[in-house]
Amino acid sequence: MVPEDRKYAASHEWIKMDGDTALIGISAFAVTELSNGNEGDMVYCDLPEVGRVLATGETFGEIESVKAVGDLNAPVGGEVLEVNTSIEDHLEILCDDPWKAGWLIRIKPETTDWGHLLDAEAYEGTLAEQA
Amino acid sequence: MNPDLLLFEKSSPGRRTLRLGALDVPQPDLTRLPAGALRLAPPALPEIGELDLVRHYTRLSKKNMSIVDSFYPLGSCTMKYNPVLHEEAAALPGFTDIHPWQDAGRLQGALAILRDLERDFAEISGLPCVSLHPAAGAQGELASLLVARAYFAERGEGERTTVLIPDSAHGTNPASAAVAGMRAVTVVSAADGGVDLDDLKTKVGADTAVFMITNPSTLGLFEERIAEIADIIHDAGGLIYMDGANLNAIMGITRPGDFGADMMHINVHKTFATPHGGGGPGAGPICVTEALGPYLPLPRIVEDENRLRLSEEAPDSIGMLRGWAGNFSVLLRAWCYLRRLGPEGIRRVSENAVLNANYLRARLRERWHVPFDRLCMHEFVANTRFQREAGVHAIDVAKRLIDLGHHPPTIYFPLVVPEALMMEPTETETRETLDSFVEDMLRIADECDQTPELVKQAPTTTPVSRLDEGRAVKQPVLRFRAE
Repeated sequence: MVPEDRKYAASHEWIKMDGDTALIGISAFAVTELSNGNEGDMVYCDLPEVGRVLATGETFGEIESVKAVGDLNAPVGGEVLEVNTSIEDHLEILCDDPWKAGWLIRIKPETTDWGHLLDAEAYEGTLAEQA
Repeated sequence: MNPDLLLFEKSSPGRRTLRLGALDVPQPDLTRLPAGALRLAPPALPEIGELDLVRHYTRLSKKNMSIVDSFYPLGSCTMKYNPVLHEEAAALPGFTDIHPWQDAGRLQGALAILRDLERDFAEISGLPCVSLHPAAGAQGELASLLVARAYFAERGEGERTTVLIPDSAHGTNPASAAVAGMRAVTVVSAADGGVDLDDLKTKVGADTAVFMITNPSTLGLFEERIAEIADIIHDAGGLIYMDGANLNAIMGITRPGDFGADMMHINVHKTFATPHGGGGPGAGPICVTEALGPYLPLPRIVEDENRLRLSEEAPDSIGMLRGWAGNFSVLLRAWCYLRRLGPEGIRRVSENAVLNANYLRARLRERWHVPFDRLCMHEFVANTRFQREAGVHAIDVAKRLIDLGHHPPTIYFPLVVPEALMMEPTETETRETLDSFVEDMLRIADECDQTPELVKQAPTTTPVSRLDEGRAVKQPVLRFRAE
């Protein structure tokens, strides 16, 4: 099930307000596609420096499994305030809980107008097309 | 003795395959070397007798799976058969015993072969200026991007540093752009697998230096909008780079220079039957338009009064990227291939590569999903969508094929197709071999329906089954260390 408390990019990132800042992560679908459900197959995650200012859609990092490398794109632009560095050495955190403990970066969003993103239902619709 | 031990582990002090005689020349004065360059103790090299050594490598060679014992439909890699005659030509003493520093008068034959090859590549590509200098396709890409930078700098357009690259491209394209000091920007694919022209139009501009396109694409599809794409890029003042990885599907039929390319590289190991990888030398010749010719790397092969020589007189050249005029013995094999086939044969290579791929696609498409199911070129991409409910992934199918005696296709590339199985039979396979592969792919489709565990547990016929690829990346053991 895809949580309804956040917005989604078609490239599988999610963004969610948390106080007056926002968390960005990737969906369970993206994690499963990369790992085939085997968390040992995730090998690498590269996240940005704190302080970097991202544009909407900009690639801020990459995530790699034994089968593929995926870009991580900012669903909404903004300054990177915090990075979940525990992910870089412990990708199992991301595999176990991509919706919460597996968040990737915290940003100060440049806008709260997220009309260009998908809601949970629309995002699930794109997954059904890919299944 | 466990035959699977490493040579180091099989070592026993004093064993030799060869005993050298006593030193009969003066010992050089090693104290003249810097202290840090001198070993304090001899290296711990394995000591082993000839028979055990021969058995060691023969055993290893039997574990290999290669084109000489198996069908090898590794998409994007073009694992065609390389004729043995080329090896004989490359081993002729007249070629092996020469050196580029010899007087050019004694190298005329070798230089004539390189000159012929430049002319052949100019004809096949439709691009008149050729450099055989780059040592691989990726270095050809880098050389071409440096040529483009030099060209724009000369025109006072040094601000053009953006390289547009489709999302289906080989990973070398953005890597080459980065190494050349340029910025890679991705252009998305349209629903039919070609370049999305609307997306291209939003990204092209005054900063556009080069659009890199692989045609046919990595999906095995000919880019039917190539003329329109070339107009968009040229109207914006940019250049078209053609990644020639898939030239083997179109040679003798159409020419990149005729459909708008300004420069391209040729992967001779794919298209012209020279050896693949293995750590040995490669070659990635580049072909460019007349306008870009002055910037090609050094040295050039020039002819004065019927005498050929290597020249470094080209003031606008980007210079040398490596020694000499290219990896000669690799280029020599390509020359042999072209001479044996001739223009008609070259065309038939492409026709048969396309025919074989379409035959496989047509016979597999009902049981294996083909996302872009139209007439393909020399390769096509299927995936495991029909096997999704059985929980079977592309990796499982690849491993099961090993049990059935076939080298697997390329998997998980191109990235635009989930669970991709990319198949390229090449023109050198018979109908019987293709049929045998099809029968086994249909058998695996049945197994996915009836006994998916069998597929998920493959391979079972190999010395080891599934390796922990994740741990191999995270904790690689790259060298032997004695306990």
